[in-house]
Amino acid sequence: MTGRIERRFAALEKENRAALVTFTMAGDPDYATAVAILKALPKAGADIIELGMPFTDPMADGPAIQAAGLRALKAGQNMKKTLAAVREFRAGDEATPLVLMGYYNPIYVYGVDTFLADAKAAGVDGLIVVDLPPEEDAELCLPALATGVNFIRLATPTTDDKRLPTVLTNTSGFVYYVSITGITGAAAPNPDNVKSAVERIKRHTKLPVCVGFGVRTAEQARAIAQGADGVVVGSALVEAVRQSLSPDAKSTAATVPGVTELVHALAQGVRSARASCR
Amino acid sequence: MTVQPLNSFRIGPDEYGHFGIYGGRFVAETLMPLILELEQAYAKAKADPEFKKEMDGYLTHYVGRPSPLYFAERLTEHCGGAKIYLKREELNHTGAHKVNNVLGQILLARRMGKQRIIAETGAGMHGVATATLCARFGLECIVYMGAVDVERQKANVFRMHMLGAKVVPVESGAKTLKDAMNEALRDWVTNVGSTFYCIGTVAGPHPYPMMVRDFQSIIGRETREQMMEAEGRLPDSLIACIGGGSNAMGLFHPFLDDKDIEIYGVEAAGHGLDSGMHAASIEGGRPGVLHGNRTYLLMDDDGQITEAHSISAGLDYPGVGPEHAWLHDVGRVAFLSATDDEALRAFQLLSKLEGIIPALEPAHAIAKVLDLAPQKPKDHLMVVNLSGRGDKDLDTVARHLGSGAR
Ligand SMILES: Cc1ncc(COP(=O)(O)O)c(C=O)c1O
Repeated sequence: MTGRIERRFAALEKENRAALVTFTMAGDPDYATAVAILKALPKAGADIIELGMPFTDPMADGPAIQAAGLRALKAGQNMKKTLAAVREFRAGDEATPLVLMGYYNPIYVYGVDTFLADAKAAGVDGLIVVDLPPEEDAELCLPALATGVNFIRLATPTTDDKRLPTVLTNTSGFVYYVSITGITGAAAPNPDNVKSAVERIKRHTKLPVCVGFGVRTAEQARAIAQGADGVVVGSALVEAVRQSLSPDAKSTAATVPGVTELVHALAQGVRSARASCR
Repeated sequence: MTVQPLNSFRIGPDEYGHFGIYGGRFVAETLMPLILELEQAYAKAKADPEFKKEMDGYLTHYVGRPSPLYFAERLTEHCGGAKIYLKREELNHTGAHKVNNVLGQILLARRMGKQRIIAETGAGMHGVATATLCARFGLECIVYMGAVDVERQKANVFRMHMLGAKVVPVESGAKTLKDAMNEALRDWVTNVGSTFYCIGTVAGPHPYPMMVRDFQSIIGRETREQMMEAEGRLPDSLIACIGGGSNAMGLFHPFLDDKDIEIYGVEAAGHGLDSGMHAASIEGGRPGVLHGNRTYLLMDDDGQITEAHSISAGLDYPGVGPEHAWLHDVGRVAFLSATDDEALRAFQLLSKLEGIIPALEPAHAIAKVLDLAPQKPKDHLMVVNLSGRGDKDLDTVARHLGSGAR
């Protein structure tokens, strides 16, 4: 199947540049504002969109994304609304790939088959589910692939050469390399280590490799983009949402621009990466 | 497919860590290689007579096992039915059953060359046991504890400090055991190379539920022998409180295939099951995935985990070990619940009748003994797991009863 993700990476390869992959949380700080952010992302420079499905107990996330999820839940976000947000986005954008990212329990409770059907119909291109390693492929990964939804797996510094094939089997769309052992929003990755890790993964797969966890600035994005097919930025964007909020945690006129300005700067970083090293 | 009748309840989990549909390994990829390594290391230790010898030595001389199986004569008289025995886990070093498991895991961590130990704790008993064994073996110890629990179990926080552990108060969520476990998992993901995560109950990703059960099963094995010695036969019923379910599983597991023995697990009903303020995941929850395993959880219709409520910090958790979930579904263990008030009454009663101040956790089990024992004939032998002592709860109880309580 050629889907939006594959088409997007093929187009970027022609441009000889890496993808900027943005992560924002569905429903943060409220449903409508989050949809407005979503719709503004492609124009600001996002090539691929990751949309977080909020969960009460995000065991691999740092304080910024934990707080974003709790803000969304407090504002009444749930899985139905997250899928509705994807439909709204898709109505105005047929080309930009959108990937849902989160934890398994809300999907399991929604019902795997119903979830996959609804997600596919809404225009979801892929899933990243943090607490589903290859050992649990029968839960969601295999049904997703059968439905034609990509299942994007995380590879980490602890995924050694022996384990990589296990991780890459049944992975599709792209590989998400978690650049540090740690939670989202923690330490910044070292670009040199990232480069050699990406090379190592690429010896095992033809899939594009995107790198995330700890990338916050245009500078870092640019450094990482030199050695990877994509750069994922999440905590910095949800922090931008938080900083724009009123004292009672409501969105303000600065919320959408706060995110898009940062995305714009990050996109500049990503786009200048290879030009400068050639 | 023909359905095979179960001829043993003791064969789980399968190689993927499943008990029926429960259990599994729902963790981030970062942790997977380590979890597989742990599984191998544990399998190797389990097969090694030296490991058993080392365990047995410390269990005898450091923990103080075997713990007595004590005939509670006055409690029996009070109930006027079953003959009630208490399995005295509160007499172990550190005052609860938790040390049985911690000893096993710390000896394993040493074999794996891990120098940094992390743990989550609710009531603080698991934290104290972990801090104790880390002190004994010179290991770095970090204990995650919900900020609410730090407040309501101050004595244990002080004990952990005395033992040289670092206690990290967790401010996220409801600031209780679930949140402490989230934070411990985050630490583990970050420090996976150096760190051993010492989980305090029969939950988490495979192999933890199996491994913790194995270490705690000494409770049931001793009980078998001690009851044979005291009465010349096996007991008729077993009863224990359920937080994650480790003290209960330790008592139950060696008896699961003795099909005439009634087995009761007691969850915390908090303000009552109808109030929505409780910690009874089996009676009041449904299957979901959290903290590495599928099990019964308290959650809303969107799969968001809801907060548990119990007067007892050790039972204040919205989940339960996966093997209990399975034993519930196959009907081998009956699950009951006791409210905060019932537990408080049982706490006082046992103190006055037997001169034993129980922890609030096993006070929930005692509360159900008060219901069940009177319905049984006088030759019915009932064993209740007295999983810990009540010193840590005196402040909480005083607050609820008014300090002049009598
Ligand atoms: C004395 C005591 N009993 C029981 C429990 C509950 O845990 P579990 O259900 O794993 O035995 C605790 C937990 O802190 C405890 O301290």
